[in-house]
Amino acid sequence: MTAFAHRHLLGIEGLTREEVVQLLDLAGTFHAISERAIKKVPTLRGRTVINLFLEPSTRTRTSFEIAAKRLSADAVNISGQVSSTVKGETLLDTARNLQAMKPDVIVLRHGSSGAAASVAAVVDAAVVNAGDGTHEHPTQALLDAVTIRAHKGRVEGLEVAIVGDIAHSRVARSNLHALTLLGANVRLCGPRTMLPVGIEQLVGERKGQVRVTHRLEEALEGADVVMMLRIQKERAGAVGLFPNTREYSRVYGLSAQKLALARPDAIVMHPGPVNRGVELDPGLADGARSVILDQVTWGVAVRMAVLYLLGTGGEPVAEAP
Amino acid sequence: MSELLLKGGRVIDPASGLDRTADVRIVDGRIVEVAPGLAARGAGARVVDCANRVVAPGFVDLHVHFREPGQEYKEDIASGSRSAAAGGFSTVCCMPNTVPPNDNRAITELILRRSAEVGLARVRPVGAISKGLLGESLSEMAEMKAAGIVAVSDDGRPVMNAELMRRALEYARTFDLPVVQHAEDLELSAGGVMNEGPVATRAGLRGQPTSAESVMVARDLELVEWTGARYHVAHLSTARSAALVRDARRRGLPVTCEVTPHHLTLTDLACAGYDTHAKCAPPLRGPADLAALEEALADGTIDAVATDHAPHSPVEKELEFDNAAFGMIGLETAFPLLYRLVVRGVIDLPRAIALLTAGPAHCFGLDAGTLTLGAAADVVVLDLDRTFPVNAGTIQSRSRNTPFLGWELTGRAVLTLLDGRATHDEDGALA
Repeated sequence: MTAFAHRHLLGIEGLTREEVVQLLDLAGTFHAISERAIKKVPTLRGRTVINLFLEPSTRTRTSFEIAAKRLSADAVNISGQVSSTVKGETLLDTARNLQAMKPDVIVLRHGSSGAAASVAAVVDAAVVNAGDGTHEHPTQALLDAVTIRAHKGRVEGLEVAIVGDIAHSRVARSNLHALTLLGANVRLCGPRTMLPVGIEQLVGERKGQVRVTHRLEEALEGADVVMMLRIQKERAGAVGLFPNTREYSRVYGLSAQKLALARPDAIVMHPGPVNRGVELDPGLADGARSVILDQVTWGVAVRMAVLYLLGTGGEPVAEAP
Repeated sequence: MSELLLKGGRVIDPASGLDRTADVRIVDGRIVEVAPGLAARGAGARVVDCANRVVAPGFVDLHVHFREPGQEYKEDIASGSRSAAAGGFSTVCCMPNTVPPNDNRAITELILRRSAEVGLARVRPVGAISKGLLGESLSEMAEMKAAGIVAVSDDGRPVMNAELMRRALEYARTFDLPVVQHAEDLELSAGGVMNEGPVATRAGLRGQPTSAESVMVARDLELVEWTGARYHVAHLSTARSAALVRDARRRGLPVTCEVTPHHLTLTDLACAGYDTHAKCAPPLRGPADLAALEEALADGTIDAVATDHAPHSPVEKELEFDNAAFGMIGLETAFPLLYRLVVRGVIDLPRAIALLTAGPAHCFGLDAGTLTLGAAADVVVLDLDRTFPVNAGTIQSRSRNTPFLGWELTGRAVLTLLDGRATHDEDGALA
């Protein structure tokens, strides 16, 4: 296996298509482990993974913890309330203190954009960005891409609609980078209040693969994949970005009727947790087209792949899976 | 009698339109003669060879934060004055957002007394517009004026309340005080930590739209039209604000404005790597705004370059970008940054000097920034060929928060005089 050229995973931006494919392929290998009765390999035995989650999270934290444990790493979880950041210690001091305990990987979830990058600058451990503010959430994009690939057999050439508050979504940013790298065409959809200035410039020369629309019908027409984002009222500012959930769900919520505009085999995705009845019709979340729980399963495999690549520090590993 | 002769420099005094090779004779702290071929009169006269140097009035900065009283761990009047002198400044106007704020004559007097004790720069206090900088009621402007303030401002915060702004303009006009606005609509800028635009979108940082500034400038200009008061826009940063000021001036309104060296040098791209030293208010803007500022600088719309020297310690800066304080130091890098625009041909050297001397002096009506006969001998000698690195070890300010750390800059004050005394003497010319 080729070595991974990065010490940290701070975002999808900056990765090459080959590196993303390498991670997806590796996730495929690890996916099988989760299907076994004994879901554990010795790959990261003796290595320490610290999950530093300074923003509420259940799914992602659990997913990283399970991923670390299935690789036999020693996983330590620190959550927002028990961390010393509430005692007035700065993030960088917390990071330096954790570093002094010699972890191999620090997985960081933080409410401020750039937090993972600034921690990476002061620690020797590999840093995995598990979501920083509204910047990036790279493992989410990887698990989304691998889920799409599992269902569609490819990502290249697919039409992917991402609907919701693009402006405040780290999931949308990471997916925009990952999906365009893999050759998909991405339609970004939401009211103008939710689409930030210059979003298509995010992917530079691949901007031809990005289309912005404010009409859900246009975003859905002929789509292979429909990714609905969670509406997060806490990020919207004092005035808000839409009048109320009733109007939002009528205009931008996905119903079975609207989904009919997409391709007949289109899949429905959501990074979770779902606001049922807001961005997604209650029935659709559990429907035949929904791959939402597959995303969660793939999440563990993707995080195993990331921890494996970064946690071994680039050393050749005797017991490759 | 103490005599000092600055020999053979290119003397630039925009206030009197002078730009020629000449000698400057200083006697007992006053400019007494500017002409070529002067000889020392007395035996004890000191002579400084200024060949290949520029001799200009000591610089005037309309906008500094010296943090005294209250936050001396960031800066105090002594360290701030050293920083000013090192940058070629002899007069600086300090903003009132100290702790407690300068909203009464006791604080004004304290600042002036400390400045006199330190003796490295004329620190001219700006008083608060509103009591406690709370934006609710007027401060005691008349009494502060009597004590020595040169303008009023709530800098750091805008005056959001339009009624208060109207009354502030009327009341300040009564006492011939310019009103200095930190133009930022706090509702439009709420939560924003950098300029709104493609760079913020990529970084996932909340942006402040340029309209947060220009909306406030536009509102204020309507009130200036109504009240006739002198109004000064602090750290103007957007194309639209510049256009509004240009238009207001054409209509004859008593409006002036300043722009910072950092807004003339950097764009919001400096925030892309989450460098908190690039976080400032107003935020660094996009390339189109920077280009408009250069144009406004060249066409005379901008009266002054002011540093908004805002010292912060690592406690405020070694944080997540969202949580870091706004502001950067600027006194020691101001001239070389402005000189870059001279090198690029955006403005000529006399205009650059004017933006640091006669221009700012005019904005606040200060008796400073000129080499006219009889004026206090506040002088700067510049070496335009001297290149120096900006590094933490040589900065005179108590704080190090500048995005220019590691830069090589060209153009440096090698000698700064205050009343004919050296406050900064890089080469030991008067040692």
